[in-house]
Amino acid sequence: MYKTDTICAIASAMTNAGIGIIRVSGSDAIEKVDRIYKGKHKLTEVESHTVQYGHIVYDDKVIDEVMVLVLKSPRTYTTEDTVEIDCHGGTLVMQEILKAVIAQGVRPAEPGEFTKRAFLNGRIDLSQAESVMDVISSNSNLALHNSINQLQGIFSDQIKDMRSKIIYEIAYIESALDDPEHIDITGYGEELLPKIQEIIDQISHLLATADNGSMLKEGIKTTIIGKPNAGKSSLLNLLARKDRAIVTDIAGTTRDTLEEQISLNGISLRIIDTAGIRHTEDVVEKIGVKKAYDTMENADLILYVVDASRPLDENDIAIMEKIKDLKVIVLLNKTDLDPVVDADEIHKYLSQDILPFSAKNGQGLDYLEKMITDMFFTGQIMDSNEVFLTNARHIAALSDANESLKHVVESISMDMPEDFLSIDLMDAYESLGIIIGESVEEDLVNEIFAKFCTGK
Amino acid sequence: MPVIEETYDVVVVGAGHAGCEASLAAARLGLNTILFTISMDSVAMMPCNPNIGGSSKGHLVREIDALGGQMGINIDHTFIQSKMLNKSKGPAVHSLRAQADKAAYSMEMRKTLQNTENLTLRQAEVCEIIVEDGKITGVKTLSGAIYHCKACVLCTGTYLKARCLYGDVIEHTGPNGLKAANHLTDSLVENGIEMYRFKTGTPARIDGSTIDYDKMEEQFGDEKVVPFSFTTDPEDVQIDQVSCYLTYTNEKTHEIIRANLDRSPMYSGVIEGTGPRYCPSIEDKVVKFADKNRHQLFVEPEGLNTNEMYIGGMSSSLPEDVQYAMYHTVPGLEHARIVRNAYAIEYDCINANQLYATLEFKKIKGLFSGGQFNGSSGYEEAACQGLLAGINAALEILGREQVVLDRSESYIGVLIDDLVTKENHEPYRMMTSRAEYRLLLRQDNADLRLTPIGHKIGLISDERFAWVEEKRRLIEQEIKRVHSVHIGANEKVQTFLESQGSIPLNCGVTLADLIRRPELNYECLAPIDPERPRLHPEVREQVNIHIKYEGYITRQQKQVENFKKIESKKIPENIDYEVVPSLRIEARQKLEALRPLSIGQASRISGVSPADISVLLVYLESYDYKKEHNIE
Repeated sequence: MYKTDTICAIASAMTNAGIGIIRVSGSDAIEKVDRIYKGKHKLTEVESHTVQYGHIVYDDKVIDEVMVLVLKSPRTYTTEDTVEIDCHGGTLVMQEILKAVIAQGVRPAEPGEFTKRAFLNGRIDLSQAESVMDVISSNSNLALHNSINQLQGIFSDQIKDMRSKIIYEIAYIESALDDPEHIDITGYGEELLPKIQEIIDQISHLLATADNGSMLKEGIKTTIIGKPNAGKSSLLNLLARKDRAIVTDIAGTTRDTLEEQISLNGISLRIIDTAGIRHTEDVVEKIGVKKAYDTMENADLILYVVDASRPLDENDIAIMEKIKDLKVIVLLNKTDLDPVVDADEIHKYLSQDILPFSAKNGQGLDYLEKMITDMFFTGQIMDSNEVFLTNARHIAALSDANESLKHVVESISMDMPEDFLSIDLMDAYESLGIIIGESVEEDLVNEIFAKFCTGK
Repeated sequence: MPVIEETYDVVVVGAGHAGCEASLAAARLGLNTILFTISMDSVAMMPCNPNIGGSSKGHLVREIDALGGQMGINIDHTFIQSKMLNKSKGPAVHSLRAQADKAAYSMEMRKTLQNTENLTLRQAEVCEIIVEDGKITGVKTLSGAIYHCKACVLCTGTYLKARCLYGDVIEHTGPNGLKAANHLTDSLVENGIEMYRFKTGTPARIDGSTIDYDKMEEQFGDEKVVPFSFTTDPEDVQIDQVSCYLTYTNEKTHEIIRANLDRSPMYSGVIEGTGPRYCPSIEDKVVKFADKNRHQLFVEPEGLNTNEMYIGGMSSSLPEDVQYAMYHTVPGLEHARIVRNAYAIEYDCINANQLYATLEFKKIKGLFSGGQFNGSSGYEEAACQGLLAGINAALEILGREQVVLDRSESYIGVLIDDLVTKENHEPYRMMTSRAEYRLLLRQDNADLRLTPIGHKIGLISDERFAWVEEKRRLIEQEIKRVHSVHIGANEKVQTFLESQGSIPLNCGVTLADLIRRPELNYECLAPIDPERPRLHPEVREQVNIHIKYEGYITRQQKQVENFKKIESKKIPENIDYEVVPSLRIEARQKLEALRPLSIGQASRISGVSPADISVLLVYLESYDYKKEHNIE
């Protein structure tokens, strides 16, 4: 749903160097940031378009020394009140500040949302509109793709479990309200209280684990491919800086796919090492090869490792045929040995970027990292806010759900009638639904009819 | 052969709860209106339960009344018992329900119709709609008579190709043995309208003189009855009420049902229509909730001049002999004689997605529809749609802007939005849980919400409108005062609080703070509020609710603000979704099929994602820009 509440995002590149900028926009922007800002003047009292010096303090902890730019509506990018926090950069610091801002009730921006607001508020003219459209639509595709990839496993199971518990309670209360002569729920709050407390605990636990990043497996899906023994596993080890894949000189040692989560300049990458692709009769290896092809098709980015010390063969040709239209960086590996394949030869088959490389001594690694980072920030592989923010949005949604459930507890303790409880329960249910992308209304109606016998 | 030809502004087909409201609204707005009915004796008939209102349905009746409709006034004149449901819950779910004298209800409504200027009642079956160039121009009846019109409202209820079933008996009739309308469906299909087939059912009526009421629990009406209509003087509804009775099914009942399931047309597959889950037959309840060893039954009188009793909770399509056997297992019904059998009824209705939120067909200008024909269920749901369809038919002819109520201002808005926007595979019933802003959409403030709209339409008198506005002013003024009245911790106050079972004060507070205490309210605090002005009870009630639930109400008001923003973004009627870049295919198809009127409505269509909405928003902005600057 389209909203015009206050939003925030990291506006600068997520690197460990230089100055980081967190941008906050919306009618409450100045007041919300002021709550975590300690300086000579209150931000709510300063003139527009001035720079303030102070500190971001959250949870009685000084997070960083900052310069804060206060821009009042309408002379801002979005035309809304805007605050920019310039901090000392560093991924961690930026994330901490962003988290503190979100904790004030500011919503993490959706991809492209600042630009969208600027446009909708008439700040950008028509010529720019078309490109905004492209950004939004490409992001939405990515986001869709992303959310499906991300939300597998225990995390989403837990969310679903909590949701089903909550909807059951709502359905019970609602069926009683609908049919008060059949079902009596007077005093139900007391019975509900421990159940809600349990869910609050569960969410609090999830939020706690979210802090150390283990909540979600996410990131740009990067697949390493190549024919056997081209150096794929070495590349993975190099990027992950630990020995996980079995690296030997015998071709075909990685028979399945291996995964590694790494952080590259603050960007989260999910790297998948695949079995070497070659025509094979070995049943097990065949499965591995098939899986490699599947993984490749779903990847956001492909790192194609070519063994430069051996001539291109039919396996390389087959791979290049498959990837010629995908997002690929070609690594001309083993350039430390006498290379027999060069960039020109590969260019006959592929138009993508080619990088001389040595997985053995790490030559070209810095440049590879820079290439990936650049592709990321220029939106070639994903919007710059996307990876971090999907995570932050999940955290925000969890916090919202927790907040709503605390309202329920409060209402019970104040002895409010049961119909008030279901309103906040519904908000909690919706917030959790945002995480797994499920809709609401029909759920409730279905639940009422399925679980409770009501009606004439 | 000469045929009758007459000309009207508005033709309304069907004189049930929808048709009555539709024709009254059109006629009251000055349009020459004719109302067709299959039988003059079945005007505003209640073929199922003998009550008006109930949870969330009571809200609908209040809203109909606030807009200038008839249902509330009609039931206030003809009820025989009344109850405010959910009184121990929050004000948002308080709901009025009245038992009606069915015959009196019907006759009272017929009298009103007959005494309304510009309104003609006619018994005839409408068989065809006449459409020229995508616009309705008239209808044809079974006799071949033609009635020209500028607009037509279809309120055919459960009559289209209706058939009633129990056991292996199939009767090709409408409800209560009335003639079915077997022709109109074909004409609608020929004109490109997509039909659904729905099913519903009703329990048996039992001869009250054969019931042993001593074995049942007597259920009384409220001591102080609250009227439905804002125009009814509360003194006029303090009548002698009749009782209803509560009894239960038991294992014996369930055994009989289980043993005969194969003889139910529901289970043998004879019934094709989709039935409502919220109104399950007793066989459905026994099968679906097998662990329940009893189900409640409400035994309700059908009127003062009949001995028939309605057995609420036990609708069925089992054969006659099984019906006898199962009713006889119920305490109090051991020797019961059935007057009318329980039966299931199947009928044709439409996929309401074919309608605009104005209830006009997207494909046929001037053709409107309301009620069960639109796939809803219930008298109140029907009436409110009929009212809106009638209003919009009239406004269209008058060349005035049509009325769409939104989800944040009324249950009617929620109901119509759900019907025309969402996929609906069973008869749709209103529920308070369907209204996301229900704290604001209370039955007690329906007049404050909707009477200004009714006045603007022309169905509410200046005088009535002026009172509502005066009431609004007084409420706001008193809320302000209550917030500023300071209550000190003096002896008088402390004694008073103790007498009310409330904890004494530590320090001074405002009167509003005290009202918020669960054990206190606005009324009871009068002794320590000497400056209190004399106010109308309706004003005092609003002040109390507003203060007591202020936090919750404010939160919902914030949500509504967001909702309003996207709701007010209109989508041009002639938008071509094919040229909107980047929409996903599913969204494109759904938007094309439903043609929503606003971004808000678009966002509620299943299959349209938030990203699609963003794309649409951006497109619309550039569309407006291009239009303004004449760019192709």
